[in-house]
Amino acid sequence: MAQVATTEQYSSAPPVHTLDLKDVIPVIDDIIERYRSTRGALIPVLQSAQNLLGHLPKDLLVHISNKLDIPYSEVAGVVTFYSFFTTTPRGVHTVRVCLGTACYVRGGKEVLEAISKELGIEVGQTTDDRQFSLEIGRCFGACGLAPVVMVDDTVHQRVKPSRIKNLLEPYRADQGEEAEHGDR
Amino acid sequence: MCRLTINGKELHVADNSTILQAAASVGISIPTLCYLEGLTPMGACRVCLVEIEGAPTLSASCSTPVREGMVVQTNSKRVREARKTVVELLLSEHDGDCQLCERSDDCELRQLADELGIRSNRYEGAKPFSTVDNSSVALVRNNGKCIKCRRCVQVCSDIQHVGVLSAQYRGYHTTIGPAFTNTLDSVACVQCGQCAAVCPVGAIVETNHIEPVLAALDNPKTHVVVQTAPAIRAALGECFGLPPGTLVTGKMVSALRELGFDAVFDTDFTADLTIMEEGTELLTRLRNKFVLGQPGRLPQFTSCSPGWINYAEHYFPDTLDKISTCKSPQQMFGALAKTYYAQKAGIDPANMVVVSVMPCTAKKFEAARPEMRSSGFQDVDYVLTTRELGDLIKMGGIDFNALPEGTMDAPLGISTGAADIFANTGGVMEAALRTVHAVTTGRSLGTEDLHIAPLAGLEGIKTASVVLTGTVDAWSFLEGKEVKVAVAHGLGNAATLIDHIRSNPDEFQFVEIMTCPGGCIGGGGQPRFTTDEVRKARIAAIYKEDEGRELRQSHENPAVQALYKEFLGKPLGEKSHHLLHTDYAAKPRVNTP
Repeated sequence: MAQVATTEQYSSAPPVHTLDLKDVIPVIDDIIERYRSTRGALIPVLQSAQNLLGHLPKDLLVHISNKLDIPYSEVAGVVTFYSFFTTTPRGVHTVRVCLGTACYVRGGKEVLEAISKELGIEVGQTTDDRQFSLEIGRCFGACGLAPVVMVDDTVHQRVKPSRIKNLLEPYRADQGEEAEHGDR
Repeated sequence: MCRLTINGKELHVADNSTILQAAASVGISIPTLCYLEGLTPMGACRVCLVEIEGAPTLSASCSTPVREGMVVQTNSKRVREARKTVVELLLSEHDGDCQLCERSDDCELRQLADELGIRSNRYEGAKPFSTVDNSSVALVRNNGKCIKCRRCVQVCSDIQHVGVLSAQYRGYHTTIGPAFTNTLDSVACVQCGQCAAVCPVGAIVETNHIEPVLAALDNPKTHVVVQTAPAIRAALGECFGLPPGTLVTGKMVSALRELGFDAVFDTDFTADLTIMEEGTELLTRLRNKFVLGQPGRLPQFTSCSPGWINYAEHYFPDTLDKISTCKSPQQMFGALAKTYYAQKAGIDPANMVVVSVMPCTAKKFEAARPEMRSSGFQDVDYVLTTRELGDLIKMGGIDFNALPEGTMDAPLGISTGAADIFANTGGVMEAALRTVHAVTTGRSLGTEDLHIAPLAGLEGIKTASVVLTGTVDAWSFLEGKEVKVAVAHGLGNAATLIDHIRSNPDEFQFVEIMTCPGGCIGGGGQPRFTTDEVRKARIAAIYKEDEGRELRQSHENPAVQALYKEFLGKPLGEKSHHLLHTDYAAKPRVNTP
């Protein structure tokens, strides 16, 4: 708990996926208290909560709605408006396909379709084994390497749809430590 | 003051006016689909665009303030074409079935398209994901028809402080609704129907009860009785082109008879009864406090408005023990129709259908509450809104304006003027004080026309006090006591008042809350479109109805007196407790996340 309590709002530390909602609620309540009197408290509270949990479970959104006295529909409205927020649990690995201009014209969309097919999920979803989440990005600043896919913090360059299977293989659940190194 | 020119006309308006308001003041009408008087303009629909000299783009007149020397065109070629484009784009996403839609005769989008001369649409595109949400008892939402004007969002959050409707998702995928893609029953909607009252299209309407009512009327084996709420008589005429505030009590009765109802009764009867029960309840609570020194359940809150009851159960559970346990007049009526009236008329209540006509959508929810079955049957079977009754009369081919003046049936159609004013904000309180004063002092309220002036009108929160002097023996403990009362209408005002009472718990003894702005005359089931001007006209009509009556105090109602003598015994007696009172339970704000 001590480690969690010190996690700051904009922390770049990876989300702690293993936390239980009931362990997080007291921490969230502390955060809510800190922002309560601020106008526009909702977004920083949601950001902090997602940094802690990796996603925003709906039960937690109800809790935040009650605590901040902001209607649940409005809380959900904010969560569904910003693509940053997600209500589904994230996988162990997040696959982000760049659809910025350079990547788009060099086949990013086909890469996305291939990954979506390979993983059997749509953008914003997570595989049933909780191994992968699929997201899109709008330019990672690596246009010279387009099309680009990021898996967690690793950038994969000049990705071809036909190589997707190989690219994802090291991240599969049974691949263990190898996944950490990726295909730089 | 600010000087500007609109369409070549020079005018002077207050500095804080918008262009839309300034134009309206000289009779120039600018179309709008999202504007609501008295609320912050959203500029969401973009049909109120106007051209301002020197400005590079067109501006939304609803949200653009006037400036000294401004020159505005509301009807230039550029404006007309832009408006046309905006409406064509709205139509291209509107999944409408205009020939079948229940808003076809008063749809603001259809009317505007017609006014702009749109005869074909240049834009054909994908229609948004369309779903019909009929999960709620009182309201049906059709997202495909929604034009995202957000009027419903504004009334739900800004006027009613309920906030169950909000924009979800973004861009083309935006929908208006409760959280995510949830249905309305997943959140604490109070069913007030103010959203349906302001919707410009057919995206939110009341759950229609016309079919089952027709089926009951067609069935020769059923005895169908109807009750009409006080607010109907001041608004129903609007469905037939009469100006707001036209009293149509007699024509309404004749229309109901022509439709085939076996008995035409009045919710006014049980409004009078409510005063007897609720007034006695108040006096009992005052006695407990002043004589017995017990912590009284004060201030006592009224319980007639079912939206308020829903609001209290979900949002203010700490007020529940202070709310009068009286059922609303609608439910008292249902319980008595299927017991007292059934016995008296020799009708098997199993074959009786009770229909009510209400200005309200929350009444549909109230009638369906599981606790509202004290007759052994569902006490009130179907609830029609004023609008639905208008439709039913049209369906019956009845020439409403040519109908003779009918009178209500005895005994449940007999009432006093005190019952009429239940329709207005402040009216229940005034009616209660008329009887409380008369019972405790033996004299009528000494005010002009029996009215309590500070309680009338559209001010959001109103207060008044009555000093009781010359009390009769039974109530001498109230001698010289000042009874302070407060009235709020619109749930946002109610929330403000309750907050005040939390920090000043002893200030008031009796509090009236009505869910809708203006009271029942401004209910979610009333003819569209209800502005403050319309509210004032209906309020004035209701006071006129009251003033024209011979009996104007509830305790004078001979039919209510007979009811106590023949059936109930006394106010708050055992039979009353069983048939006329209820209890409340705290409920969550979100039912399923």
